Amino acid sequence: MSSNGQSHHHILPLSVYINVGLALLVLTVLTVVVAQMELGVFNTILAMVIAITKASLVALFFMHLKYDNKLYLIVFLAAIAFLGLFIILSMADTETRGDIYEFRGRPINEDAVIYNRPGVAGIDTLAGEVADTVTAATDTSAANQSESDTAGGQ
Amino acid sequence: MATSHTETHHPNWLQHHFSSPFQQGESSKLGMWLFLLTEVLFFGGLFCAYAVFNAWYPETFINAHKSLSWPLGATNTIVLIASSVTMALAIRSMQLGSKKGTLILLWSTMALAAVFLVIKYFEYSHKFHLGQLPGEYYTYEGIAGTNPHIFFSVYFMMTGLHGIHVIAGMIVIGWMIYRTSQDHFSSDYYTPIEMTGLYWHLVDLVWIFLFPMFYLIG
Repeated sequence: MSSNGQSHHHILPLSVYINVGLALLVLTVLTVVVAQMELGVFNTILAMVIAITKASLVALFFMHLKYDNKLYLIVFLAAIAFLGLFIILSMADTETRGDIYEFRGRPINEDAVIYNRPGVAGIDTLAGEVADTVTAATDTSAANQSESDTAGGQ
Repeated sequence: MATSHTETHHPNWLQHHFSSPFQQGESSKLGMWLFLLTEVLFFGGLFCAYAVFNAWYPETFINAHKSLSWPLGATNTIVLIASSVTMALAIRSMQLGSKKGTLILLWSTMALAAVFLVIKYFEYSHKFHLGQLPGEYYTYEGIAGTNPHIFFSVYFMMTGLHGIHVIAGMIVIGWMIYRTSQDHFSSDYYTPIEMTGLYWHLVDLVWIFLFPMFYLIG
């Protein structure tokens, strides 16, 4: 290598790229095979574990994060951390909204065109059902004002 | 690493505000990684939308995902993995100073990207034909569950944004093919190809998640 270039860069042996590529192929086959089995919630967990493994291989070897300045790894992990924060907080809200009043667990704006289109299966019944739930919940909350305040605060 | 500080002349590709090729290369890479950070968060909004709608309409997502063809999705996954390998090897080839090898591998990456888009085109046109379209354009009636059009809104937004990234990647790879053919790069200087590689691998990373989310688990 010339002395004035990027000679600090590792030139990885060809076998690293081939082996990582083969590992990614094997994991792709594995995720497809696992998805054909009925494992309940483990289908989702396994699919995500395999996807994260594949992503790590790509990031560490193809994107050279294993060999480069660790600052780039920190930048990438920061992106993942904030993405995780974003999704976890959003899901903590989405998944627990209906715990006290069922109607709070549903989309806020039921009248929006996208939720209320005639001809789409299930829409009409859903709209009626939600109206009933809202009425019932309003009655309950009038009787238990303090509890409804607690629910609103969450 | 130490050798780069001992040079006495400045190569023409070294910009005047950098003291050494090493510093220039590291700065480019940091800038690229910061850009990739914004890309992760850009796609992140849609990943979050997927998680929320999947939680609201789990049956719909399970029923609707069966309308996607997993063999086509798996083929596209393998195509993108292969393109990531050829991209990484293109950089390695230029590190070794082989212009011819770099050109062949960049063209291979380009061709695999085109194969990905052709397969995606067949998938999309089939969905268009059936009326499995986003939001109010949804006219298909064969999927049981509440609001099946939302699944296709999320599907088209995520795969569409990813497809736009593939097209952008092809444009940049084409630019790299041109610059390589014009002898802009050598084993001393190949930062633009390396940055193109980082971008291309991120496009692959996003697909690694999109494939199981839409084609396998719904």
